[in-house]
Amino acid sequence: MQKKDFHITAETGIHARPATMLVQSASKYESDIMLEYNGKSVNLKSIMGVMSLGVGQGADVTITIEGNDEEEAMEGIVATMASEGLGE
Amino acid sequence: MKVTIGELVEAMDHIQVVSGDNFLDREIIVSDLSRPGLELAGYFRFYPEERLQLFGQTEISFINEMPKKDRLDVLDPLCTPMTPGFLVSRNLEIPSELYDVAQKHNIPIIRSNRSTTRLASSVTSFLEERLSERQSQHGVLVDVYGMGVLIIGASGIGKSEIALELIERGHRLVADDRVDLYMVDESRIIGEAPEILRHLIEIRGVGIINVVNLFGVGSIRESKVVDFIIELEQYDPTVVYDRLGHTIESMKFFNVELPKLSIPVKVGRNVSIIVEMAAMNLRAKQMGYDATIDFEKKLAHLIEKNKKDD
Repeated sequence: MQKKDFHITAETGIHARPATMLVQSASKYESDIMLEYNGKSVNLKSIMGVMSLGVGQGADVTITIEGNDEEEAMEGIVATMASEGLGE
Repeated sequence: MKVTIGELVEAMDHIQVVSGDNFLDREIIVSDLSRPGLELAGYFRFYPEERLQLFGQTEISFINEMPKKDRLDVLDPLCTPMTPGFLVSRNLEIPSELYDVAQKHNIPIIRSNRSTTRLASSVTSFLEERLSERQSQHGVLVDVYGMGVLIIGASGIGKSEIALELIERGHRLVADDRVDLYMVDESRIIGEAPEILRHLIEIRGVGIINVVNLFGVGSIRESKVVDFIIELEQYDPTVVYDRLGHTIESMKFFNVELPKLSIPVKVGRNVSIIVEMAAMNLRAKQMGYDATIDFEKKLAHLIEKNKKDD
Protein backbone atom coordinates (compact mmCIF):
# COMPACT_ATOMS: atom_id res chain seq x y z
CA MET A 1 0.00 0.00 0.00
CA GLN A 2 1.19 3.50 -0.83
CA LYS A 3 0.23 6.42 1.34
CA LYS A 4 1.16 10.05 1.01
CA ASP A 5 0.07 13.34 2.54
CA PHE A 6 -0.38 16.44 0.40
CA HIS A 7 -0.66 20.03 1.43
CA ILE A 8 -2.96 21.91 -0.93
CA THR A 9 -1.45 25.23 -1.94
CA ALA A 10 -3.61 26.14 -4.94
CA GLU A 11 -5.61 29.28 -4.28
CA THR A 12 -8.88 27.85 -5.56
CA GLY A 13 -8.40 24.49 -3.84
CA ILE A 14 -9.49 21.35 -5.68
CA HIS A 15 -11.94 23.11 -7.94
CA ALA A 16 -13.73 21.56 -10.94
CA ARG A 17 -10.85 21.69 -13.41
CA PRO A 18 -8.07 20.34 -11.18
CA ALA A 19 -10.50 17.73 -9.87
CA THR A 20 -11.10 16.60 -13.43
CA MET A 21 -7.36 16.34 -14.04
CA LEU A 22 -6.80 14.35 -10.85
CA VAL A 23 -9.60 11.94 -11.68
CA GLN A 24 -8.32 11.52 -15.23
CA SER A 25 -4.89 10.77 -13.92
CA ALA A 26 -6.18 8.31 -11.30
CA SER A 27 -8.41 6.53 -13.82
CA LYS A 28 -5.37 5.43 -15.80
CA TYR A 29 -4.38 2.96 -13.08
CA GLU A 30 -5.83 -0.31 -11.97
CA SER A 31 -5.20 0.21 -8.24
CA ASP A 32 -7.82 1.47 -5.81
CA ILE A 33 -7.04 5.10 -5.06
CA MET A 34 -8.65 6.94 -2.17
CA LEU A 35 -8.54 10.57 -1.18
CA GLU A 36 -9.05 11.42 2.45
CA TYR A 37 -9.87 14.86 3.76
CA ASN A 38 -11.32 15.91 7.09
CA GLY A 39 -12.08 12.34 8.11
CA LYS A 40 -13.98 11.66 4.90
CA SER A 41 -12.65 9.30 2.30
CA VAL A 42 -13.66 9.20 -1.39
CA ASN A 43 -12.63 7.26 -4.48
CA LEU A 44 -10.22 9.42 -6.50
CA LYS A 45 -11.65 7.95 -9.70
CA SER A 46 -15.06 9.47 -8.94
CA ILE A 47 -15.25 13.09 -10.00
CA MET A 48 -18.39 13.93 -8.06
CA GLY A 49 -16.92 12.28 -4.95
CA VAL A 50 -13.72 14.30 -5.16
CA MET A 51 -15.54 17.57 -5.66
CA SER A 52 -18.02 16.84 -2.88
CA LEU A 53 -15.20 17.26 -0.37
CA GLY A 54 -14.70 20.89 -1.29
CA VAL A 55 -10.99 20.81 -0.54
CA GLY A 56 -9.69 24.35 -0.10
CA GLN A 57 -6.33 26.08 0.02
CA GLY A 58 -4.25 25.11 3.04
CA ALA A 59 -5.96 21.75 3.48
CA ASP A 60 -4.09 18.54 4.21
CA VAL A 61 -5.25 15.50 2.30
CA THR A 62 -4.06 11.91 2.26
CA ILE A 63 -3.94 9.67 -0.78
CA THR A 64 -3.82 5.91 -0.32
CA ILE A 65 -3.25 3.55 -3.19
CA GLU A 66 -3.56 -0.19 -3.14
CA GLY A 67 -3.08 -2.54 -6.07
CA ASN A 68 -0.73 -3.97 -8.63
CA ASP A 69 0.40 -0.65 -10.08
CA GLU A 70 0.34 1.35 -6.87
CA GLU A 71 3.85 2.70 -7.26
CA GLU A 72 3.35 4.07 -10.76
CA ALA A 73 -0.05 5.37 -9.69
CA MET A 74 1.48 7.35 -6.83
CA GLU A 75 4.11 8.78 -9.18
CA GLY A 76 1.36 9.75 -11.59
CA ILE A 77 -0.76 11.43 -8.90
CA VAL A 78 2.26 13.31 -7.52
CA ALA A 79 3.06 14.51 -11.04
CA THR A 80 -0.52 15.71 -11.60
CA MET A 81 -0.60 17.47 -8.23
CA ALA A 82 2.58 19.28 -9.24
CA SER A 83 1.61 20.06 -12.83
CA GLU A 84 -1.79 21.41 -11.76
CA GLY A 85 -0.11 23.50 -9.07
CA LEU A 86 -2.37 21.90 -6.46
CA GLY A 87 0.18 21.11 -3.82
CA GLU A 88 2.80 18.68 -2.68
CA MET B 1 -31.91 24.95 -57.78
CA LYS B 2 -35.14 26.07 -59.40
CA VAL B 3 -38.87 25.82 -59.05
CA THR B 4 -41.38 26.03 -61.87
CA ILE B 5 -44.54 28.09 -61.70
CA GLY B 6 -46.47 24.81 -62.00
CA GLU B 7 -44.77 23.41 -58.89
CA LEU B 8 -45.56 26.60 -56.98
CA VAL B 9 -49.24 26.39 -57.93
CA GLU B 10 -49.35 22.73 -57.01
CA ALA B 11 -47.80 23.36 -53.59
CA MET B 12 -50.02 26.32 -52.66
CA ASP B 13 -53.68 25.43 -52.63
CA HIS B 14 -54.72 29.09 -52.53
CA ILE B 15 -53.06 29.89 -55.85
CA GLN B 16 -54.83 29.26 -59.18
CA VAL B 17 -53.70 29.66 -62.75
CA VAL B 18 -55.52 32.51 -64.48
CA SER B 19 -53.82 32.36 -67.85
CA GLY B 20 -50.84 30.74 -69.49
CA ASP B 21 -51.55 27.06 -68.79
CA ASN B 22 -48.94 26.15 -71.37
CA PHE B 23 -46.16 28.16 -69.80
CA LEU B 24 -46.22 26.68 -66.34
CA ASP B 25 -42.76 25.23 -66.83
CA ARG B 26 -41.20 28.70 -66.57
CA GLU B 27 -38.60 28.64 -63.85
CA ILE B 28 -38.20 30.71 -60.70
CA ILE B 29 -34.54 30.88 -59.69
CA VAL B 30 -34.63 33.38 -56.81
CA SER B 31 -36.78 33.41 -53.69
CA ASP B 32 -37.23 37.20 -53.61
CA LEU B 33 -40.41 38.68 -54.99
CA SER B 34 -40.74 42.01 -56.77
CA ARG B 35 -43.61 44.47 -56.54
CA PRO B 36 -43.16 46.41 -59.76
CA GLY B 37 -44.45 49.78 -58.52
CA LEU B 38 -41.62 51.97 -59.82
CA GLU B 39 -41.55 50.05 -63.08
CA LEU B 40 -45.24 50.83 -63.60
CA ALA B 41 -44.27 54.49 -63.18
CA GLY B 42 -41.74 54.03 -65.95
CA TYR B 43 -38.49 53.49 -64.04
CA PHE B 44 -36.83 50.30 -65.32
CA ARG B 45 -33.16 50.79 -64.51
CA PHE B 46 -33.05 48.22 -61.71
CA TYR B 47 -35.98 46.05 -62.77
CA PRO B 48 -35.44 42.64 -61.07
CA GLU B 49 -36.71 40.71 -64.08
CA GLU B 50 -35.75 37.27 -62.73
CA ARG B 51 -38.16 37.57 -59.81
CA LEU B 52 -41.77 36.56 -59.62
CA GLN B 53 -43.69 39.84 -60.06
CA LEU B 54 -46.31 40.40 -57.39
CA PHE B 55 -49.30 42.66 -58.09
CA GLY B 56 -51.26 43.82 -55.07
CA GLN B 57 -54.07 46.31 -54.72
CA THR B 58 -51.68 49.26 -55.22
CA GLU B 59 -50.14 47.98 -58.44
CA ILE B 60 -53.46 46.92 -59.99
CA SER B 61 -55.23 50.17 -59.15
CA PHE B 62 -52.24 52.14 -60.42
CA ILE B 63 -52.58 50.36 -63.78
CA ASN B 64 -56.34 50.99 -63.79
CA GLU B 65 -55.86 54.69 -63.22
CA MET B 66 -53.36 55.04 -66.05
CA PRO B 67 -54.62 56.25 -69.42
CA LYS B 68 -55.32 53.17 -71.55
CA LYS B 69 -52.90 54.24 -74.27
CA ASP B 70 -49.95 54.41 -71.87
CA ARG B 71 -50.51 51.07 -70.22
CA LEU B 72 -48.73 48.91 -72.78
CA ASP B 73 -45.64 51.13 -72.64
CA VAL B 74 -44.92 50.00 -69.08
CA LEU B 75 -46.52 46.55 -69.09
CA ASP B 76 -44.66 45.31 -72.16
CA PRO B 77 -41.14 45.90 -70.74
CA LEU B 78 -42.18 43.99 -67.60
CA CYS B 79 -42.19 40.86 -69.72
CA THR B 80 -38.62 39.73 -70.31
CA PRO B 81 -37.34 36.27 -71.21
CA MET B 82 -36.25 35.96 -67.56
CA THR B 83 -39.57 36.89 -65.95
CA PRO B 84 -41.02 33.73 -64.41
CA GLY B 85 -44.59 34.92 -63.98
CA PHE B 86 -47.09 37.41 -62.60
CA LEU B 87 -48.71 36.78 -59.25
CA VAL B 88 -51.85 38.67 -58.27
CA SER B 89 -53.22 38.85 -54.73
CA ARG B 90 -56.73 39.31 -53.26
CA ASN B 91 -58.37 37.70 -56.32
CA LEU B 92 -58.10 41.13 -57.96
CA GLU B 93 -59.55 41.74 -61.39
CA ILE B 94 -56.74 41.61 -63.92
CA PRO B 95 -56.47 44.57 -66.36
CA SER B 96 -56.90 43.35 -69.92
CA GLU B 97 -53.59 44.89 -71.03
CA LEU B 98 -51.74 42.77 -68.50
CA TYR B 99 -53.45 39.66 -69.92
CA ASP B 100 -52.45 40.65 -73.43
CA VAL B 101 -48.76 41.28 -72.76
CA ALA B 102 -48.50 38.12 -70.67
CA GLN B 103 -50.06 36.05 -73.43
CA LYS B 104 -47.83 37.64 -76.04
CA HIS B 105 -44.63 36.88 -74.08
CA ASN B 106 -45.68 33.45 -72.82
CA ILE B 107 -45.76 34.52 -69.19
CA PRO B 108 -48.27 32.79 -66.92
CA ILE B 109 -50.54 34.77 -64.58
CA ILE B 110 -51.44 33.15 -61.27
CA ARG B 111 -53.70 34.50 -58.56
CA SER B 112 -54.52 33.97 -54.90
CA ASN B 113 -57.31 35.13 -52.61
CA ARG B 114 -54.84 36.06 -49.88
CA SER B 115 -53.80 39.57 -48.95
CA THR B 116 -50.56 40.75 -50.50
CA THR B 117 -48.35 40.59 -47.40
CA ARG B 118 -49.51 37.13 -46.41
CA LEU B 119 -49.25 35.87 -49.93
CA ALA B 120 -45.74 37.26 -50.23
CA SER B 121 -44.65 35.64 -47.00
CA SER B 122 -46.06 32.21 -47.82
CA VAL B 123 -44.63 32.24 -51.35
CA THR B 124 -41.24 33.52 -50.16
CA SER B 125 -40.90 30.86 -47.49
CA PHE B 126 -41.88 28.15 -49.96
CA LEU B 127 -39.36 29.43 -52.50
CA GLU B 128 -36.67 29.82 -49.88
CA GLU B 129 -37.10 26.25 -48.79
CA ARG B 130 -37.10 24.90 -52.33
CA LEU B 131 -34.31 27.08 -53.68
CA SER B 132 -31.88 26.83 -50.82
CA GLU B 133 -28.71 24.84 -51.16
CA ARG B 134 -28.95 21.37 -49.67
CA GLN B 135 -26.48 19.08 -48.10
CA SER B 136 -26.91 15.43 -47.26
CA GLN B 137 -25.62 14.16 -43.97
CA HIS B 138 -25.27 10.54 -42.92
CA GLY B 139 -27.12 10.33 -39.63
CA VAL B 140 -30.44 10.30 -37.87
CA LEU B 141 -32.61 13.30 -36.99
CA VAL B 142 -35.02 12.96 -34.09
CA ASP B 143 -37.24 15.48 -32.32
CA VAL B 144 -36.61 14.92 -28.61
CA TYR B 145 -38.82 17.07 -26.36
CA GLY B 146 -38.97 19.65 -29.12
CA MET B 147 -35.20 19.73 -29.63
CA GLY B 148 -33.90 18.66 -33.02
CA VAL B 149 -31.11 16.18 -32.33
CA LEU B 150 -28.91 15.12 -35.22
CA ILE B 151 -27.17 11.87 -34.31
CA ILE B 152 -24.08 11.10 -36.33
CA GLY B 153 -21.36 8.49 -36.10
CA ALA B 154 -19.73 5.65 -37.97
CA SER B 155 -21.85 3.10 -39.78
CA GLY B 156 -22.97 0.27 -37.50
CA ILE B 157 -22.52 2.19 -34.25
CA GLY B 158 -26.27 2.01 -33.63
CA LYS B 159 -27.80 5.30 -34.76
CA SER B 160 -30.97 3.72 -36.11
CA GLU B 161 -31.38 1.52 -33.05
CA ILE B 162 -31.12 4.59 -30.84
CA ALA B 163 -33.69 6.38 -33.00
CA LEU B 164 -36.00 3.39 -32.67
CA GLU B 165 -35.69 3.40 -28.92
CA LEU B 166 -36.35 7.14 -28.81
CA ILE B 167 -39.49 6.62 -30.90
CA GLU B 168 -40.57 3.91 -28.46
CA ARG B 169 -40.12 6.44 -25.69
CA GLY B 170 -42.51 8.81 -27.43
CA HIS B 171 -40.17 11.01 -29.46
CA ARG B 172 -40.47 11.71 -33.17
CA LEU B 173 -38.42 10.54 -36.09
CA VAL B 174 -37.58 13.04 -38.81
CA ALA B 175 -35.06 11.13 -40.89
CA ASP B 176 -33.04 7.94 -40.68
CA ASP B 177 -29.77 7.24 -42.44
CA ARG B 178 -29.78 10.28 -44.72
CA VAL B 179 -30.74 13.71 -43.50
CA ASP B 180 -31.10 16.54 -46.00
CA LEU B 181 -30.10 19.85 -44.47
CA TYR B 182 -30.71 23.37 -45.66
CA MET B 183 -30.29 26.80 -44.16
CA VAL B 184 -33.38 28.90 -43.46
CA ASP B 185 -31.63 31.96 -42.12
CA GLU B 186 -28.21 32.85 -40.72
CA SER B 187 -28.73 30.85 -37.55
CA ARG B 188 -31.02 27.96 -38.37
CA ILE B 189 -30.56 24.69 -40.21
CA ILE B 190 -33.55 22.54 -41.07
CA GLY B 191 -33.30 18.81 -41.64
CA GLU B 192 -35.71 16.50 -43.39
CA ALA B 193 -35.80 13.06 -44.95
CA PRO B 194 -35.45 12.63 -48.68
CA GLU B 195 -38.91 11.81 -50.11
CA ILE B 196 -38.09 8.15 -50.74
CA LEU B 197 -36.86 7.47 -47.19
CA ARG B 198 -39.61 9.37 -45.40
CA HIS B 199 -40.99 7.57 -42.30
CA LEU B 200 -38.66 4.63 -42.82
CA ILE B 201 -35.99 3.20 -40.61
CA GLU B 202 -33.60 0.39 -41.38
CA ILE B 203 -32.70 -1.96 -38.57
CA ARG B 204 -30.02 -4.56 -39.13
CA GLY B 205 -31.47 -8.03 -38.88
CA VAL B 206 -35.07 -6.86 -39.29
CA GLY B 207 -35.00 -4.81 -42.47
CA ILE B 208 -36.95 -1.73 -43.40
CA ILE B 209 -39.75 -0.73 -41.07
CA ASN B 210 -42.35 1.97 -41.54
CA VAL B 211 -42.52 4.02 -38.37
CA VAL B 212 -45.96 5.54 -39.06
CA ASN B 213 -47.35 2.11 -39.73
CA LEU B 214 -45.99 0.63 -36.50
CA PHE B 215 -46.05 3.60 -34.13
CA GLY B 216 -48.68 5.94 -35.54
CA VAL B 217 -48.65 9.47 -36.91
CA GLY B 218 -47.53 10.91 -33.59
CA SER B 219 -44.15 9.27 -34.03
CA ILE B 220 -42.92 11.24 -37.02
CA ARG B 221 -42.23 14.79 -38.15
CA GLU B 222 -41.68 16.00 -41.68
CA SER B 223 -38.90 18.45 -40.84
CA LYS B 224 -37.21 19.98 -37.83
CA VAL B 225 -34.74 22.71 -36.99
CA VAL B 226 -31.48 21.09 -35.87
CA ASP B 227 -30.64 22.30 -32.35
CA PHE B 228 -27.59 20.21 -31.64
CA ILE B 229 -25.52 17.30 -32.79
CA ILE B 230 -24.58 14.14 -30.98
CA GLU B 231 -21.63 12.25 -32.32
CA LEU B 232 -21.47 8.64 -31.23
CA GLU B 233 -18.01 7.21 -30.83
CA GLN B 234 -16.77 3.77 -30.00
CA TYR B 235 -15.72 3.93 -26.35
CA ASP B 236 -11.96 4.33 -26.20
CA PRO B 237 -10.32 4.07 -22.76
CA THR B 238 -7.42 6.26 -23.87
CA VAL B 239 -9.65 9.17 -24.89
CA VAL B 240 -10.57 11.74 -22.27
CA TYR B 241 -14.30 12.51 -22.30
CA ASP B 242 -15.97 15.62 -20.97
CA ARG B 243 -17.01 14.84 -17.43
CA LEU B 244 -18.51 18.10 -16.26
CA GLY B 245 -20.04 19.58 -19.38
CA HIS B 246 -17.49 22.33 -20.01
CA THR B 247 -16.23 21.46 -23.40
CA ILE B 248 -18.25 23.06 -26.13
CA GLU B 249 -17.55 21.37 -29.41
CA SER B 250 -19.31 22.45 -32.52
CA MET B 251 -19.94 21.47 -36.09
CA LYS B 252 -20.61 23.70 -39.05
CA PHE B 253 -23.27 23.38 -41.72
CA PHE B 254 -23.50 26.24 -44.24
CA ASN B 255 -21.67 28.57 -41.88
CA VAL B 256 -24.07 27.88 -39.04
CA GLU B 257 -22.22 26.68 -35.98
CA LEU B 258 -24.17 24.03 -34.06
CA PRO B 259 -23.21 22.68 -30.62
CA LYS B 260 -21.94 19.09 -30.63
CA LEU B 261 -21.57 16.49 -27.91
CA SER B 262 -19.39 13.44 -28.30
CA ILE B 263 -20.91 10.46 -26.54
CA PRO B 264 -18.96 7.23 -26.10
CA VAL B 265 -20.90 4.07 -26.87
CA LYS B 266 -20.19 1.04 -24.75
CA VAL B 267 -22.00 -2.25 -24.21
CA GLY B 268 -24.54 -1.79 -21.46
CA ARG B 269 -24.67 1.99 -21.79
CA ASN B 270 -28.17 3.08 -22.68
CA VAL B 271 -27.42 5.76 -25.22
CA SER B 272 -31.06 6.65 -25.96
CA ILE B 273 -31.60 7.80 -22.42
CA ILE B 274 -28.36 9.78 -22.62
CA VAL B 275 -29.53 11.45 -25.82
CA GLU B 276 -32.86 12.23 -24.21
CA MET B 277 -31.18 13.71 -21.18
CA ALA B 278 -28.70 15.71 -23.25
CA ALA B 279 -31.67 17.26 -25.07
CA MET B 280 -33.38 18.17 -21.81
CA ASN B 281 -30.16 19.53 -20.35
CA LEU B 282 -29.49 21.72 -23.38
CA ARG B 283 -33.06 22.93 -23.22
CA ALA B 284 -32.59 23.84 -19.56
CA LYS B 285 -29.42 25.72 -20.52
CA GLN B 286 -31.28 27.65 -23.20
CA MET B 287 -33.92 28.48 -20.63
CA GLY B 288 -31.17 29.88 -18.42
CA TYR B 289 -30.24 27.07 -16.06
CA ASP B 290 -26.80 25.49 -16.30
CA ALA B 291 -26.24 22.71 -13.79
CA THR B 292 -22.47 22.80 -14.28
CA ILE B 293 -22.21 26.51 -13.49
CA ASP B 294 -24.59 26.16 -10.58
CA PHE B 295 -22.55 23.28 -9.17
CA GLU B 296 -19.29 25.16 -9.58
CA LYS B 297 -20.64 28.11 -7.66
CA LYS B 298 -21.66 25.84 -4.80
CA LEU B 299 -18.28 24.13 -4.90
CA ALA B 300 -16.41 27.44 -4.74
CA HIS B 301 -18.57 28.36 -1.77
CA LEU B 302 -17.80 25.07 0.01
CA ILE B 303 -14.07 25.41 -0.65
CA GLU B 304 -14.16 28.94 0.74
CA LYS B 305 -15.99 27.75 3.84
CA ASN B 306 -13.58 24.85 4.42
CA LYS B 307 -10.67 27.27 4.11
CA LYS B 308 -12.06 29.44 6.91
CA ASP B 309 -12.70 26.42 9.13
CA ASP B 310 -9.06 25.37 8.74
